[in-house]
Amino acid sequence: MTANIQRRKFSFSIESSAAYFLAFLWVLPLVYALWAAFHPAEYATRFELFAPLTLSNFATAWEQAPFARYFLNTFLLVTSILLVQFFLCTLAAYSFARFDFPGKSLAFGLVLIQLMIMPEVLIVENYTTMSNLGLVDSILAIGLPYMASAFGIFLLRQTFKTIPHELEDAAKIEGCSLWQILWKVYVPLARPTYVAFGLVSISYHWNNFLWPLVITNSVTTRPLTVGLAIFGAPESGVDWSIITAGTLLAVAPLLVAFLLFQRQFVQSFMHAGIK
Amino acid sequence: MKHVSTKHQLYGWLLLLPAALFLLAFTYYPTLATLAKSFFSQGTAIRPSEFVGLENYTFMLEDDVFWRVAWNNVIYALFTIPISIALALMMAIWVNSRLKYKSLARMSFFLPTMLPMIAVANIWLFFYSPEIGLIDQVTAVFGVESHNWLGDPDTVLGCIIVITIWKEAGFFMIFYLAALQTLSPELEEAARLEGASRWYYFRRIMFPLLMPTTLFVLINAIINSFKLVDHLFILTKGGPDNASSLLLYYIYEVAFSFLDQAYASTLTVILLAVLAIIAIGQFVFLDKKVHYQ
Repeated sequence: MTANIQRRKFSFSIESSAAYFLAFLWVLPLVYALWAAFHPAEYATRFELFAPLTLSNFATAWEQAPFARYFLNTFLLVTSILLVQFFLCTLAAYSFARFDFPGKSLAFGLVLIQLMIMPEVLIVENYTTMSNLGLVDSILAIGLPYMASAFGIFLLRQTFKTIPHELEDAAKIEGCSLWQILWKVYVPLARPTYVAFGLVSISYHWNNFLWPLVITNSVTTRPLTVGLAIFGAPESGVDWSIITAGTLLAVAPLLVAFLLFQRQFVQSFMHAGIK
Repeated sequence: MKHVSTKHQLYGWLLLLPAALFLLAFTYYPTLATLAKSFFSQGTAIRPSEFVGLENYTFMLEDDVFWRVAWNNVIYALFTIPISIALALMMAIWVNSRLKYKSLARMSFFLPTMLPMIAVANIWLFFYSPEIGLIDQVTAVFGVESHNWLGDPDTVLGCIIVITIWKEAGFFMIFYLAALQTLSPELEEAARLEGASRWYYFRRIMFPLLMPTTLFVLINAIINSFKLVDHLFILTKGGPDNASSLLLYYIYEVAFSFLDQAYASTLTVILLAVLAIIAIGQFVFLDKKVHYQ
C-alpha cells in the first residue's frame, strides 16, 4: 500500500514538473519580449543578469509610429462594433427566444451559417461592396461585416430561453411595453452573458488583422494591429528592441486588463464556449 | 395549440430584421456573388468582364501555386489540429488537478490567446532568426550549426505550425477545462477504488465523456486552420517560393497584389466548399456521436 502511494507521489511530481516546464515554455516568448524591450539594443540577444534597464525603446517606438492615433482607431473600432453588436444581437436573440413566426427555424439556421463563413473568408467580395458604398478606408467599414454576430445571437438566445416566462408576463401586467420588458427584464438578467460576449468580442477585434489590413490604407483609420505590422516589417529597418517595445505597447492594454481580471476573462471564454 | 397573433409574428420578424439586413449584405450576398464571379473573366479597362464558364476553374487546376498552397494547408491542418487539441487536453487536466501553482500555469497557457497574431509573429521572428535567434543560440551550445529556419523551404512550414499550436492550445484548453469541471469527482474516486490506473480512467471514462467538447474544439481548430494567416504577413509572406503560403493568404495575394478578383473569387469558392463540407460533417456527426452523455 505505501509503495503504491509512494509511486503515485513520484509520478505526480514528475507530472508537475512537466506541467511547469510547459507553462514556462508558453510564457517564454513574452518574457523575451519584455527583456528586449527594457534593455538597450546591444543586450537584445545577450542575456546578462545585470544588463542596464531602459525605457528609451518605448520612447523611440512611440515617436517613430503614430501609436496614439492607432490606439484611438482601435478604441473607436472595438467600442462601435461592441455597441452595435449588443443592439442587433439582443433584438434578434429576443425574437428567436420568445416569438413564434413562420420560417423561424430556417432563419435561425441561416444565422448560424455565419459561424462557418466568417467575414475573413469573404474579404474579396466585401471589399467590392465597401468600395461601391464609398466606405473604403473608414473605421466603419472595418466593423460593418462583424456587427451582426451569429455567435452573439446564439449566445444571447440560449440565455434568454432560460429566463422564466412568468417574469415577462408579470411585466406585461404592470403595463410594460415590449422595449421596457427587454430592457428591464431580459437585459439585466442576461448580464453575465453580455460580459462574456463583450470580452470575447473586444479581444477578437482588438487583435483582428486581415480584414482591417485590406480595407484601410491611411493612418487615420488603421487599427493597432495593422499599424504594428507596418512598423515591424523587416523593410522598415527598425531594430529589434524597438520593434518589441512597439509590440508590447500595442498589446499592453488588453494584456494588463487580462492580468488584472484573469478570472473574469477565463470564465467568460468558458461561458461562451459551453453554450 | 397556442394561438399566435399576427401582431406577435410581425414583432418577431421586425426584431430580427436589423440583424438580418447586416447578414444579408455582408455574408449571404458576398457568398453568392463570389460564386457568380468565379464564372466570369476579370474585366479590364478595354475588355469588360464576360461569362467564361469553368475557365477560371481549369486555370486553377493547372496553377502550380494553387496546388502548392492547398497541399501546404492540408499539412498545416494535419499537424496543428491534433497537436494543439492533445496539448489543450493535457493542459486542462493539469490545471484542473492538485497542481500547486495551477492558476499561474493556467495564466501562462492562456496568455497567447490574448495576444494578436501580428504581435506574436513579431516576437517569434526573433526566435527563428539565424545565428542571433534564441533557437540558434540554444542549439549552438550543443554544437549544432546555425540554420535559416524561415528561409529554408523544408523548415518554414514547420515554424509556422509551431507558432499556431502555441497560440491555439491555451484557447482550446479553456473549453476542456469548462467540461472537466462538470465531471463528478466521484467518477475518478470510484475508478481508483476499483483499481483502475489513471491511464485507464482517462481512456475509458474521461475521454469519452469529453467527446462533445473534443468535437466542438475540433470544428474550431479546422476552421482556424483555414482562417488564420495573419502571422504569414510578418514572418514569411508565404515564401520562400510559396513554401509557407496558405489558401487564404494566396487569395489575399491574388485579389490585392495581382488584382485578379475573378481568380480570387474562384479560389474563395474552394475555401467556401471546404467550410461547407465541415459544416455538413458537423451536422451528421453531431447527430450521431455526441449524444454520449
